[in-house]
Amino acid sequence: MATVLKPQSVSPRLATLSRILDHPTVLSVIFMLPAASILLLFLTYPLGLGIWMGFTDVRIGRPGVFIGLENYISLWYDGVFWLSVFNTLLYTTVATVLKFGLGLWLALLLNHSLPFKAFIRAIVLLPYIIPTVLSAIAFWWIYDAQFSIISWSLERLGLIDRYIDFLGDPWNARWSLIAANVWRGIPFVAICLLAGLQTISPSLYEAAALDGANAWQRFRHVTVPMLMPILSIVLTFSVLFTFTDFQLIYAITRGGPMNATHLMATLAFQRAIPGGQLGEGAAIATAMIPFLVFATVFSYYGLQRRKWQQGAADD
Amino acid sequence: MTEAPMTETAKPVAAPMADSTGMAYLETLPRRVITLYIPLAIFLFVLLFPFYWMGVTTFKPNDELYNFSEHNPFWISNPTFANINKLLFQTDYPAWLLNTMVVAVAATFLSIFASVLAAYAITRLRFKGAQTVGLLIFLAYLVPPSILFIPLATMVFALGIYDTSWALILTYPTFLIPFCTWLLMGYFKSIPYELEECALIDGATRLQILWKITLPLAVPGLISAGIFAFTLSWNEFIYALAFISSSEQKTVPVGVLTQLVEGDVYHWGALMAGALLGSLPVAILYSFFVEHYVSSLTGAVKE
Repeated sequence: MATVLKPQSVSPRLATLSRILDHPTVLSVIFMLPAASILLLFLTYPLGLGIWMGFTDVRIGRPGVFIGLENYISLWYDGVFWLSVFNTLLYTTVATVLKFGLGLWLALLLNHSLPFKAFIRAIVLLPYIIPTVLSAIAFWWIYDAQFSIISWSLERLGLIDRYIDFLGDPWNARWSLIAANVWRGIPFVAICLLAGLQTISPSLYEAAALDGANAWQRFRHVTVPMLMPILSIVLTFSVLFTFTDFQLIYAITRGGPMNATHLMATLAFQRAIPGGQLGEGAAIATAMIPFLVFATVFSYYGLQRRKWQQGAADD
Repeated sequence: MTEAPMTETAKPVAAPMADSTGMAYLETLPRRVITLYIPLAIFLFVLLFPFYWMGVTTFKPNDELYNFSEHNPFWISNPTFANINKLLFQTDYPAWLLNTMVVAVAATFLSIFASVLAAYAITRLRFKGAQTVGLLIFLAYLVPPSILFIPLATMVFALGIYDTSWALILTYPTFLIPFCTWLLMGYFKSIPYELEECALIDGATRLQILWKITLPLAVPGLISAGIFAFTLSWNEFIYALAFISSSEQKTVPVGVLTQLVEGDVYHWGALMAGALLGSLPVAILYSFFVEHYVSSLTGAVKE
């Protein structure tokens, strides 16, 4: 008897449970819970905590007290900090311009009909897929003072008579790092822009050609406007990740020679983790936020504005 | 160059209308060589040379490595496995590989689980404020790890998971979930809503619909998100550097960079072997799923 009753007494409860579970609002809350809790706990909270830590003198193993703007005031008079700001801006600007110039060129090349096109596209993306630190180690070795393959080749070709000190001289080191960053960034830009290029209908080019547009005019008045939406998003991402780059610098120069190549991210790490000054490191990291917001808004809206002007629907 | 006239006539056949440039048949071969093949060859050479150099250095014996005058540095006269041998049996490299694998797989599964539910709720359940939540998740993707690692380091310490794999498994989803959710939202939107309506009318619950209709149709999206999340975890550096201190707990990128350099002595052969072996798992995965990588890369950008 009991065995017969049991399923009957359970099933209404189960049915109620499943009806509650099926209510869109209840289900939404349950579904959002894992993602929301991880992001709130490990992203939103540390973001606020980091800003707070910038106003304290917390060190590793010692809780800090609120010290107001002291960290920022000492950074204001800190030459190394301003050098890192300069380096970050230089690195971001030059690397982004080169990445987009060369990336767009590569995308245009790949948009031709080519033999083994899929294979070529696949190997082009390799620098982006391979762990940055590991390819950075290869660059470290390529830039070696004594055994650089670039110096060796140039010397053999008779172009230089002394090995280039790639990483020992501040400006050489900066250009070397920018070159490595551009090397890694080109595939991302090229493949994204190629995807954008492939959505442009060939008939547009034919129509423009029939109207007498030359190659440059077709590029300027067909390709560029059609690419603008995707270009603005790729640019935003690229600026953001170049600005906050850490691993490439840390792997190749660690900020050297004599702090000449520190970016804000590597300086923050240097002061906070090996240096133990968590508060000061957090202040440097927080100082990146206004730059980041500005760069993001600028690159995103600066380019999107054109889209609004053309009256394109918001997608 | 002499075969140019012949190719000029052959070209229109080779360039059907499906060709995205449409007017490629107007180009002559010498022009194509200068404007297309030569620049492309230079691009490919520069993009691939570091990998070649990595491979060549890995298999070089030390006397060839540091003697460019007697040996052509571009080639190996006596290939050797000494560097790989040293890496595998005299360092913690196998442990780093295992750690990286465990962390990457666990973080990926955790992120995909959370992202599928979140993306489904945002695109299909359409609760109040779903659009705002979607935007917030996109903004979360724009918060770089370089800003978060200092406060996260203190949190990781306070939670007692410093120097364990848990520190990485729990923090990697902060950049994986926004990416995967954004990607999966795009995939879910592309699945016709009518299919779910049919199932609703037939009396299926939302969970059944997600499990039996939406997910099977979103398998390509799940694969894209999964392999990309795995690659991002494998490549992650700053958290692994800040949250792990003992050698046997490190991941491959951190271990190779910090443990293989003894003072001022750089073991370039072993370093390159570490870089090469550490790149292989991602490269192999990539070679199998190229199209998924490209679609997730461009899909995330195109919204």
